[in-house]
Amino acid sequence: MIPEDKKRTAHNAVVTRVLEGDGRAARAERRAAFENAGLAEPLRTLIDKVARQPTRVTDEDVAVVLASGTSEDQLFELVVCAAIGQATRQYETALDVLAETMTDKKRSKHASEDPQ
Amino acid sequence: MRLKILNSGYGFGTKVLFALIHAVSRHPVPDAAKLVFYRPDFYGAPMKEFTHEAMRGPATWSVGDRELMAAFVSQMNACAFCIGAHTATAARAYHDEAKVSAVLSDLETAPIEEPLRATLRLLGKLTHEHAVTADDMRAVLAAGVSREQIEDALAVSFAFNTTDRLADAFGFFVPGPKAFEAGAKFLLRRGYR
Repeated sequence: MIPEDKKRTAHNAVVTRVLEGDGRAARAERRAAFENAGLAEPLRTLIDKVARQPTRVTDEDVAVVLASGTSEDQLFELVVCAAIGQATRQYETALDVLAETMTDKKRSKHASEDPQ
Repeated sequence: MRLKILNSGYGFGTKVLFALIHAVSRHPVPDAAKLVFYRPDFYGAPMKEFTHEAMRGPATWSVGDRELMAAFVSQMNACAFCIGAHTATAARAYHDEAKVSAVLSDLETAPIEEPLRATLRLLGKLTHEHAVTADDMRAVLAAGVSREQIEDALAVSFAFNTTDRLADAFGFFVPGPKAFEAGAKFLLRRGYR
């Protein structure tokens, strides 16, 4: 078993804090922003851009969400969750693929050592 | 920045600190630094911990290599602020500006070692397509990169895929080269904590 390294621990701390700690936005809404799923307009458009096309975010996208009743502090939290969520999906996907690749390599090494 | 709270929603102590940094460095506090000072308990403190560990903690890559990865990931995300900041920091860490610009203009022909090139290729694909395959991983391992090196590089990629998104969503001001130079000096002296 691989020991949990400091980076993985620090990453978990970031994710746990923004999703489960106290905040101005509801936990369910923070989780939805993190997952980029299940949000209503106009938040949906903004959060999807943060996750998938951050350079396309405009002043207007932000203004529309604020005008819909979301406070600046709530928006701050939701945008942070969206960014961390997308980067986390990338990070975890790649680490999983790496772990699988290492296991396959070990297996094929054993297979070639023991042809039966 | 697009949120007023990120421009001026700081306590007295933090405002004094910003003024001090401005006076000493002769540049306004960069928006990346302001962001981590805003309600630091929510994002700044835990994220600084992660980023410092990834960028300056014990790792299989040099500080220059990790700063280059940060610049490269930021270029894939077309994030002007982070490209500027980490190009300057990588160039300063390596004492080699030409190497950094060569990587950013054409990874395939840049004068770097194969393991670093293969690793950057992987980070580029992950950043652009949000996924990588077992074949991608095998190609990096075949270039002589260890599992631990890949894990260390993926941590850099996480930090900058997060920061790049925040820079563009919140609309970080992109300063001139002198300010990026000052920022690079600071990041190499003090790190991310």
